[in-house]
Amino acid sequence: MPDTPNTPNYAWPDMEKRRVMGKPTKRLDGPMKSSGRAKYASDYKQDGLLYGALLTSPHAHARVTSIDTSEAEKLSGVTAVHTIASAGMELMWRGQEVASVAAETEEIAKDATRKIKVQYEVLPHLVREDDLAKAGARAKPAGEQVKGDPDKAFQEADAVVEQHYGIPVITHCCLEPHGNAIEWKGDHVNLYPSTQNVSGIGGDLSNNLKIPAPNVHVQMQYIGGGFGSKFSADLWGLEAARLSKASGGRPVKLFLDRPTELMIAGNRPSGYANVKIAGKKDGTITAWQSESWSTGGIGGGGSPPIPYVFDGIPNQRKNHTAVSTNCGGVRAWRAPNHQQACYLTDTAIEDLAAKLNLDPLVVFEKNLGLTPRADVYRAQLQKGAELIDWQKLWHPRGQSGPGSIKRGLGVAMSTWGGGGHNSQCRTNIHPDGTVEVELCTQDLGTGTRTIITMVAAETLGLPLGAVALKIGDSSLPPSGASGGSTTVGGVSSSSRKSAVNALAKLFDAVAPSLGTTPDQLAAVDGRVQVKNDPSKSLTWKAACQKLGVKGISEMGENNQRNPGGLNSSGVGGVQMADVSVDTETGIVKINKAVAVQDIGLVINPTTAESQIHGGCIMGICAALFEERVMDQQTGYMLNPDMEFNKLAGIGDIGEIIVHLDITPEHDKRGPVGLGEPAAIALITAIANATANAIGVRVPEIPLTPNRVLAALERRNA
Amino acid sequence: MQAFEYANPASLQEALGQLGNKWGEADVLAGGTDQLSLMKEYLATPKRLVNIKNIKELGGIQNSKTGLRIGATVTLEELAENAEVRKAFPALAEAARGVSSPQIRNMGTVGGDLCQRPRCWYFRQGFGVLATKDGQALVPNGENRYHAILDNEGPAYFVSASSLGPALVALGAKVRLASASGHREVAAAKFFVKPANENAREIALLPNEILTEIIVPHEGTKNATYEVRQKEALDWPLATASVALKMKGSTVVSARIVLGHVAPTPWAATQADQALAGKAITAESAEEAAKAALADAKPLSQNGYKVQLARVAVKRALLEAVKA
Amino acid sequence: MSSKKYPDAPEKPKNGFSRRGFIRGVGIGSGALGTVGLLVETPAEAAPAAGVAGPGEVPVTLQINGKPVKLNIEPRVTLVDALRNYLDFTGAKKVCDRATCGACTVIMDGKVVYSCTVLAIDAQGKDIQTIEGISQNGKLHPVSAAFVNHDAQQCGYCTPGFVMAVKGYLDKHPNPTYEDVQKGLGGNLCRCGTYVGVRKAVLEAAKEMKGGHNA
Repeated sequence: MPDTPNTPNYAWPDMEKRRVMGKPTKRLDGPMKSSGRAKYASDYKQDGLLYGALLTSPHAHARVTSIDTSEAEKLSGVTAVHTIASAGMELMWRGQEVASVAAETEEIAKDATRKIKVQYEVLPHLVREDDLAKAGARAKPAGEQVKGDPDKAFQEADAVVEQHYGIPVITHCCLEPHGNAIEWKGDHVNLYPSTQNVSGIGGDLSNNLKIPAPNVHVQMQYIGGGFGSKFSADLWGLEAARLSKASGGRPVKLFLDRPTELMIAGNRPSGYANVKIAGKKDGTITAWQSESWSTGGIGGGGSPPIPYVFDGIPNQRKNHTAVSTNCGGVRAWRAPNHQQACYLTDTAIEDLAAKLNLDPLVVFEKNLGLTPRADVYRAQLQKGAELIDWQKLWHPRGQSGPGSIKRGLGVAMSTWGGGGHNSQCRTNIHPDGTVEVELCTQDLGTGTRTIITMVAAETLGLPLGAVALKIGDSSLPPSGASGGSTTVGGVSSSSRKSAVNALAKLFDAVAPSLGTTPDQLAAVDGRVQVKNDPSKSLTWKAACQKLGVKGISEMGENNQRNPGGLNSSGVGGVQMADVSVDTETGIVKINKAVAVQDIGLVINPTTAESQIHGGCIMGICAALFEERVMDQQTGYMLNPDMEFNKLAGIGDIGEIIVHLDITPEHDKRGPVGLGEPAAIALITAIANATANAIGVRVPEIPLTPNRVLAALERRNA
Repeated sequence: MQAFEYANPASLQEALGQLGNKWGEADVLAGGTDQLSLMKEYLATPKRLVNIKNIKELGGIQNSKTGLRIGATVTLEELAENAEVRKAFPALAEAARGVSSPQIRNMGTVGGDLCQRPRCWYFRQGFGVLATKDGQALVPNGENRYHAILDNEGPAYFVSASSLGPALVALGAKVRLASASGHREVAAAKFFVKPANENAREIALLPNEILTEIIVPHEGTKNATYEVRQKEALDWPLATASVALKMKGSTVVSARIVLGHVAPTPWAATQADQALAGKAITAESAEEAAKAALADAKPLSQNGYKVQLARVAVKRALLEAVKA
Repeated sequence: MSSKKYPDAPEKPKNGFSRRGFIRGVGIGSGALGTVGLLVETPAEAAPAAGVAGPGEVPVTLQINGKPVKLNIEPRVTLVDALRNYLDFTGAKKVCDRATCGACTVIMDGKVVYSCTVLAIDAQGKDIQTIEGISQNGKLHPVSAAFVNHDAQQCGYCTPGFVMAVKGYLDKHPNPTYEDVQKGLGGNLCRCGTYVGVRKAVLEAAKEMKGGHNA
């Protein structure tokens, strides 16, 4: 395509010509983080800073009959007390906000919440959904969906498997809890949140506080984890603002404590199902039936898209029921509904394969025609099998040899949309040669800073160090929230376009002095040169001096609806697990995990691999350890901590092998997001590997000793 | 955490003078790993906290012919790394190493391990050590996967959280307690008690006493501890067993097998002790002893698996003890 | 949805305001290391009973990264809160606040500890090393550098605590194997899933520190 100044060519440089993009690159903010210098919202310090704290409901379901804040107000050091609930108000879950206070110290703030006297009328609650029969009127079936003729298909099948499966509610457990520091002085607000949405959170706040949106200035350089739970201003954000105003505009920092964080700041809905699946001797899946249910709190829960990936199964009958429970509400959880859907589907396929005495890889491959991306998956299954040594190590279910330690392999597949969110970016080239790239995005630890800088450096022919990136400030051009794996697509496209546009302006200014036209110029290795005659060139700095006193400031935009070929949505991935199970203790250990992931164009393989490692480790946590434990008698979450709400440690994860499926075909699609897809399939692969090892399905995860031993007992019975 | 006054005595005598006669007046602070968590949850609201870490006489490990003296403020790390302990009492060293966080091992003390309160999640959520609501016991019909499988007819259902307790009981250790009026010595086996009511404690220590040291007698046993823990990283054991065997050649003269995390106290499995007398430790005899150890287990609705785990712990501890 | 009930918004802070001396804070946008200022005043407290301090604020001196720092705090203030709220050493993070996750790890008298579970008053007389104190002359400590080299960090919130835990571990175990690392660092949790990089970083840092680069 000819380059002309009027229609800039935004297309990504050819794979083999890239000098920065595609090269493993250390994350640019690494030294800030590993030296402890990175300042998070929760690190905010300012003279006159006040500490906010919440009083929350001790009951899963109750009506407030009275609130008396007088004792709290009298406490020395308290600057403001605000009631959120009022007499007569019904509180729907334990941890729901009742009142807030601001005080000179964190200790006094906490003391003050304990001095607020609240009377409750306790109401009946439901906090568990694992047994649907006990849900009563709280269960709301969505209605049956039928496709084809499932009854006939089940009758004609060579094998039918009927099995219960379950995946529990887990919490995000962001290490930096939800919260913010905020200063509301006059009609201006300075907000320092921990958010995945620096551009959008101010609007959320201004709507609620009835102040003009431009009067909210949001700043955030680092965030200690979000995973889908940190998009809105949240009630506690609004409370902090009100407390600040009531305290004469002094800044208030209000972060949730760990128990409250785990009770009310979001969770992944559960997914339970009684599944019936049928197939032919050759492994062809012919029918699916599922009665599924889940909860995500009082509003019910997510409906997992089952049968997952293999949604082309010709005969289906399914019905999903949402259960309303008196628990904190659901929030997007890294691949919303997909972990559940993958678990409920790929376990059933593995069980069908076992019943047919077939290798599950054969069954997965046999049915790829039922998926939207058959060729991608076929290649990935083969690559994964090679990396985990499937041919050598796989054995028919339960045929694990003698000894009490049983080894097994498992596989599962994922899909995700991704794409690029709306994003605007500005590239400034100054006459002294300095370059600034500005956009209001955020780096969740995914490496966003690094990849934007890489794109700009690649485009401008400069080293990484020559590009100064500014993000995390709402005065910069807006960029979307980081959710749904849409950030890399959005910010890479907008930064590419703005850098191309800025460079075109520079070429306009430089062309006369090199005796050529702008379209004949290229920016290479810190120089602006004539394409066909590199001997005619200027250093970047000399080229920029041609701008005189007026610098360049050019925008670039990614429009989600019309990405212009720079990014795509839709990816597939395959993950496999090799586990050993101690059949005497029921303890499952990960030997190896393999992740093969199609992600389109890979800008930074280093951070991409890290993110897949992270997705796999989250999968290991969820498969083996994590579950929110609710007690129906008291309505309490019994493990709002990091002790019995267990996460894997460094010795619990085995070896993890990541294969980025980089091919010219994938590369042509441009960047596709990676956060969600990497976090979907390993849970199920581990569950399938465990079934393969011990010869019986453990229906519900996490695969704790009690569940594994119970399954073994059933097998032996 | 409720505000308190802080005492930092340099001598045991001074410290004892700063304690009260009722729980809640003054609590002892050693490593703090449990005490401060209890205070953050308002489960402990002492008016005074008495730091005993600067009392020299409460530290150190000394060996003598009769036994090993372990000071109350010796850390789990010091215990696990001590050459004498590793040589003569691997059961104790292994129990300390089982606390798989270096930070906790550096902070947590031997005395603190024995005096820590139960990890029962109903207790930690404020339902008392007997875990009741409106007079009803919550554990039998509740979430009891981590609760007791032995000695669990009530009113207590929690499991003793002590990592060292089972090993100390198996090794025949004694616990020394001091008060302003003098010292007393309690067998480790008697130090742990099942509370009969909400105001009682899980240990024999009185509010005006300080645990000063532990004496582990040299009995020349082959001993070992095995913990079943799901995570490699810091994680509470699901069941543990400590064994101490007096041997003549390859024959067991007498055995002491003590289970951890299965009952409100470290659980001496005397039936297993008897099952082993006169036998060599083999996979078969260990298996039989393991069965005998759990013969009286009566699991609750969700914790039947712990019977199996405790059996495995006994078997593996026995085999470990006689490993060359 | 809520009734609003504020006490009168104070023009000036209430009485309690001046009791606590403020340290000059460093704003969020600053990359500066924690700086330590001077206390502006000492609170007047009733004389405590003989041999006891508090429950009100008491003067406390902490030895942080080789320098004495004075502050006035209640005995109930934990070391992590003293570092973060009363001073400006925000590298140590408060995450679980119950001696489980390791994000608050500092080194005290050469040993790794959870600063959420140490009372600041109890840390007097101890040599406290925080993440802010291990970089020398603007050069990353070998452990921090290895974390960068192996991308052993994502959101970075567990990272300072993890770096301190690794430093403390390597000071004691200079020649760890891969298996040792798996077993020896069980006191720190990461949510993003950076352990693969951390394992590599520990082994690289071990080599570097033996090479005499250790500060």
